[in-house]
Amino acid sequence: MTEGLFAFGVFFAAIFTNNILLTNYLGMCSFLAVSKELKTSAGLGMAVIFVMTCTSAINWLVYHYVLVPYDIVYLRFIAFIIVIAAFVQLVEMVIERLSDALYAALGIFLPLITVNCAILGASLFMVIREYTFVSGLAYGAGSGIGWAIAIIAMAGIRAKLNVRSKVPFGLTGAGITLVIAGIMALAFMGFAGMITIT
Amino acid sequence: MKSYKFRQVIKENVGVNNPVFVQILGICSTLAVTNVLKNTIVMCAGLVFVTGLSNLTVSILRKYMPGRIRMMVETLIIAAYVIIVDVALKAFIPDISRQLGPYVGLIITNCIIMGRAEAFALANPPGLSLVDGLSSGLGYSYVLLIIAFLRELLGSGSIWGLRVLGEWWVNWNIMIMAPGAFFMLALFIWVVKGSFMKERPGAAPAAKPAAAGGKS
Repeated sequence: MTEGLFAFGVFFAAIFTNNILLTNYLGMCSFLAVSKELKTSAGLGMAVIFVMTCTSAINWLVYHYVLVPYDIVYLRFIAFIIVIAAFVQLVEMVIERLSDALYAALGIFLPLITVNCAILGASLFMVIREYTFVSGLAYGAGSGIGWAIAIIAMAGIRAKLNVRSKVPFGLTGAGITLVIAGIMALAFMGFAGMITIT
Repeated sequence: MKSYKFRQVIKENVGVNNPVFVQILGICSTLAVTNVLKNTIVMCAGLVFVTGLSNLTVSILRKYMPGRIRMMVETLIIAAYVIIVDVALKAFIPDISRQLGPYVGLIITNCIIMGRAEAFALANPPGLSLVDGLSSGLGYSYVLLIIAFLRELLGSGSIWGLRVLGEWWVNWNIMIMAPGAFFMLALFIWVVKGSFMKERPGAAPAAKPAAAGGKS
């Protein structure tokens, strides 16, 4: 398979067959806490797509040009988390200066993202699976989009749920959200076999 | 007086304020590593180690940490302990380390640890913080072990890799795949919340504690 085609495959697989939320369970905390409202979820989704794409690119460079040559791969957790935190802080400052509208839309979500395990997870998966730069970038973007799709769909379902259903007390809140996530994961398993990537 | 406090902390973390099923924190790894009991035990041991010691360290350093950068300092402390765990796992049990994959590294972003450091260790003396960290790690662990036990039993008919259910048993493949994890945790929360928490309605789907502090 050529490089470009492979990257496209990775991108597609990250959205559908290997959805980072529904098959790797990453980013569950914010997924459960923030998916109450459609608008907020969309904002967080966009912020995650952006940050995940950029940080996987930067982390790929850091890993292959700093950590590997100096043989300090075991420090990758610290390196990645610092890159993510610094990047998020930087983006927050830039957005604040440049555009009020964009800051109002994304600004409040950016600090949340530093502690979102999906971002760190995407970088770690990328390194473990030994992607090239292009496919790593595709993986980051695809995972972000997959995560955003999942949280937006969940917010839509929960909005409906609030209006017309009686949930037993024990299941309210997290319980019912997990059940819905399980059903969504079942639905996403329908994509399995369309494309396989490891 | 003092031992009363210790007992209070343990009771809080294991029962009434359990990080997994009451505060809904650290769900990622709860779902991801519970398909096989062996991996779960290793993961839990790692987490207990990291929560305990990072809580202790944060508490010792709490008076010297400037408020504005405390999140970063806490993250670095946690990351340092996670690296110790990761290196140790790679050296002693390489195949389990490979199966756990990125989830060992993801202990860093496990909200339980950050939450305990923020909410408890910053305001309490080292000894009490250590106990708090260890007990919230244990509160997390026993939930994971119960879920892992059920998932491995139903999903592969075995416990600890040994087949316990006879030939008549048809494996529920769904249990070791992603949806099974979601359903199992939901069921667990349902049972616990439904049977023990009637008198406390709205028992805190607590927002991530790190979220508020992060915007400094």
